[in-house]
Formats: sequence, structure tokens, C-alpha cells
Amino acid sequence: MSHDHSHDHDHDHSELSEIELRVRALETLLTDKGYIDPPALDELIETYETKIGPKNGARVVARTWTDPAFRDRLLSDATAAIAEFGFTGRQGEHMVVVENSPTTHNMVVCTLCSCYPWTVLGLPPVWYKSAPYRSRAVRDPRGVLAEFGVSLPEGQEIRVWDSTAEVRYLVIPERPEGTADWSEDKLADLVTRDSMIGTGLALAPSGAAA
Amino acid sequence: MNGAQDLGGQMGFGPIELEDNEPNFHAKWEQRAFALTLAMGATGSWNIDTSRHARESLPPADYLSSSYYKIWTMGLEKLCLDKGLITESELSSGKALEPAKPVKQVLKAENVSAVLAKGGPADRPEEQPARFKVGDKIRTKRMHPEGHTRLPRYARDTVGVIDAIHGVHVFPDTSAHGKGENPTWLYSVAFKGTDVWGPESDPSVSLRIDLWEPYLDLA
Repeated sequence: MSHDHSHDHDHDHSELSEIELRVRALETLLTDKGYIDPPALDELIETYETKIGPKNGARVVARTWTDPAFRDRLLSDATAAIAEFGFTGRQGEHMVVVENSPTTHNMVVCTLCSCYPWTVLGLPPVWYKSAPYRSRAVRDPRGVLAEFGVSLPEGQEIRVWDSTAEVRYLVIPERPEGTADWSEDKLADLVTRDSMIGTGLALAPSGAAA
Repeated sequence: MNGAQDLGGQMGFGPIELEDNEPNFHAKWEQRAFALTLAMGATGSWNIDTSRHARESLPPADYLSSSYYKIWTMGLEKLCLDKGLITESELSSGKALEPAKPVKQVLKAENVSAVLAKGGPADRPEEQPARFKVGDKIRTKRMHPEGHTRLPRYARDTVGVIDAIHGVHVFPDTSAHGKGENPTWLYSVAFKGTDVWGPESDPSVSLRIDLWEPYLDLA
């Protein structure tokens, strides 16, 4: 490497090295002042990199498909039902699930910031936080879905949930056909992150990971 | 406030940029900015409404041209300055020059999982009956507050129907400005797409928006 310091980013974006220095300086200052303890930062990063992500939500969806009693509990108190998996807390304090059906497709956005159900989906992807999605999801959801490769039947209601409060929404996609005898674990592999935001559908059996 | 953050219905931002197998973070500094924001939030020096307002009150050109974690970084700097935790000269020099201000707690690694699992619930005890019931036809207020609000511009002065009652929640419009939690009833309100976007818009679209009682009047 020709530089005297290591980079983990694209050299074409000079803003990144400026911001890199800015964040580093802020961390040093806040540490020196005693407001933060750097090992706690490492632990926070590790948690969201390895423990909390859309696999959590996929387990919830798969159980909803296979266990009618769980589905009843989930629809009446989603926060409590999801806590049965141990998925609780930050950015999932007040959960509501919305079920897709042949007549209604649900899609979630936060037009004002980036509210997202962290406990079941982890951290939001860049597109979810970006101006193109946040501006258009509420006005032209069909056009947005087309960019995700999703085409819904004409006349199916598209219900867009704008997460303006501390309530967090998880979409329960429709269970794919041809999965009647599938186990909960196998079904979870069909549940994509986007299908739980409502910008995708659950995978068809042939598209599932082996 | 009518800031750059209030994006619903705005036009001209182009296609949505999708990335296959997207990582949680695209650089180490994003990880640090994320964790710094959470760790500083845990000191109890401000609440989530104040931190949202710090980001949305960035100059619109800065907001729209910055990546999300850069917005978080700028918001965090602003909060630390506003609360007197750091000074401008400390921020520009990167060195601690003044004694630290006491904070409620400092997050330690061993407490991270418990703090995350507990979260920060926004619901509060009910002290007054809800003004609206499910099925009530309401109209959202026409309002343009200069402070924080969670009634998006696109949904103001618009007719909808109470679809669900979430309970009593902290009211962001005052909470963001140190004017108290003023817990108030929070509703899920259903809107027809055509009532929001006009008769030429897609009739198969409907919206659900979580709105606090002070935003609503009976229609």
C-alpha cells in the first residue's frame, strides 16, 4: 500500500477520510471526558453485526405460518409474542405485525427519519434510510415495488405504514405455495428481509437457500 | 419543523439504489459513529425526540447531501455542544480542555446487552380517556410548527379514520424541546391514498400513520 495509513474505503470518496477523522476525533474527545467507555462501543457493534438481524424476524414469521396459537398471540400483542423468542428492547419496544393477504399488501416506511424494527430486522439498509425510498413509498408504492421487482395483482390494496411514532411494524408475508409440510426452520429460509418490510415477497420454494 | 427530513411525497430523488448482500456498515467510521450515538444516548443527557430534532434541524443542503451516519455524527456533535458536554474549542481541537459535566451513567460493555434488551418504552399510564374511538372520522390539523413534530407535511389538513388506538405515548413535539413528556393518546389513522394525493392518484393505495391526539380534530 502506497499510503502511510490504512484505508478500508473507496479512495474516490474523499469525504470519507474527512468524516473518518471527524468521528475519530469525537470518539477520542468523548472518551477523554469520560462520557463513553470504548469497549462498550465494540460490544454495541458486535451485537448488531452478529446477534440482531433479519434472521430473528424470519423465525417469527415462520412460527406465525405454522403455529395458529402463536399467530393469535402475535396479532393480539406482538411485543409480548415476539418476546417469547427473547427479541426485546431497543427499537422494538412497541411492536405491531401486519399480515399480507390476497387482498392487502403491506409496506413499511419512515418518511421522517429511519424508524425500523431493530429487534427483529437489525439495522436498516441504506435504501430504507434514503431520500428516494422515503419520498416515494407513500405516494407511489406500486412504482417503488416495481424497482424491487415486485408486481402485485391489479386491485390488490397497498397499505403503506408510515412509522411516525415509537411503534415498529413487521410485515408477515404470505406463505408460499407448495410448503404445506415444511418445518418451521426450513420455512424461515424463505423469509427475506425485504419481505418483512413489504418491498419483497417470501421466496418460492425453489428459490430458497439449500 | 418543515425540514429536509420531511420527505414524504417529495419528488426528484431518482431511483432507489439497491445493494445485494449489503453489509450493516460500509466503513469502520460508520460503526464508530453508530456506537458513539447509542453510547452517548445511554448517558441520559437527552431523549430520542431531542436527538431526532438535532438531525432534522441540520441545514437542508447538509442533510440531503450527507450519508446517514454522517448525519448521525453531525447530530451527535450538535447534541454534545447544546448540552454543554463539550465546547466548540474542544471539538475543533479534539482535546479535552474543560472539566467533564456529570452524566447520569456511562455505558459499560458488560451492561450493553441488558440496556439494549430493556430499550426505552414510550408508553405511559392513561390519565384521561381517549378523545377518539376506532371508526371516528378525523381531520389532521393544518399546522407548520417551527419545532419538532411527527405529523408529516403530506398528511396535514387531511381526512382520515381512527383505525387503532395504541395507548398513551410521550408527545414528541414537547419532549424534543425539554418541555416535558406530556403523554397523550396515540392513534393509527387510516387515509385513502386519493384523499392524500388527489383523485388522479392510484386508488388501490391506502396509508396508515401513527398520530397523536393534538394533531387531530373530529371531521
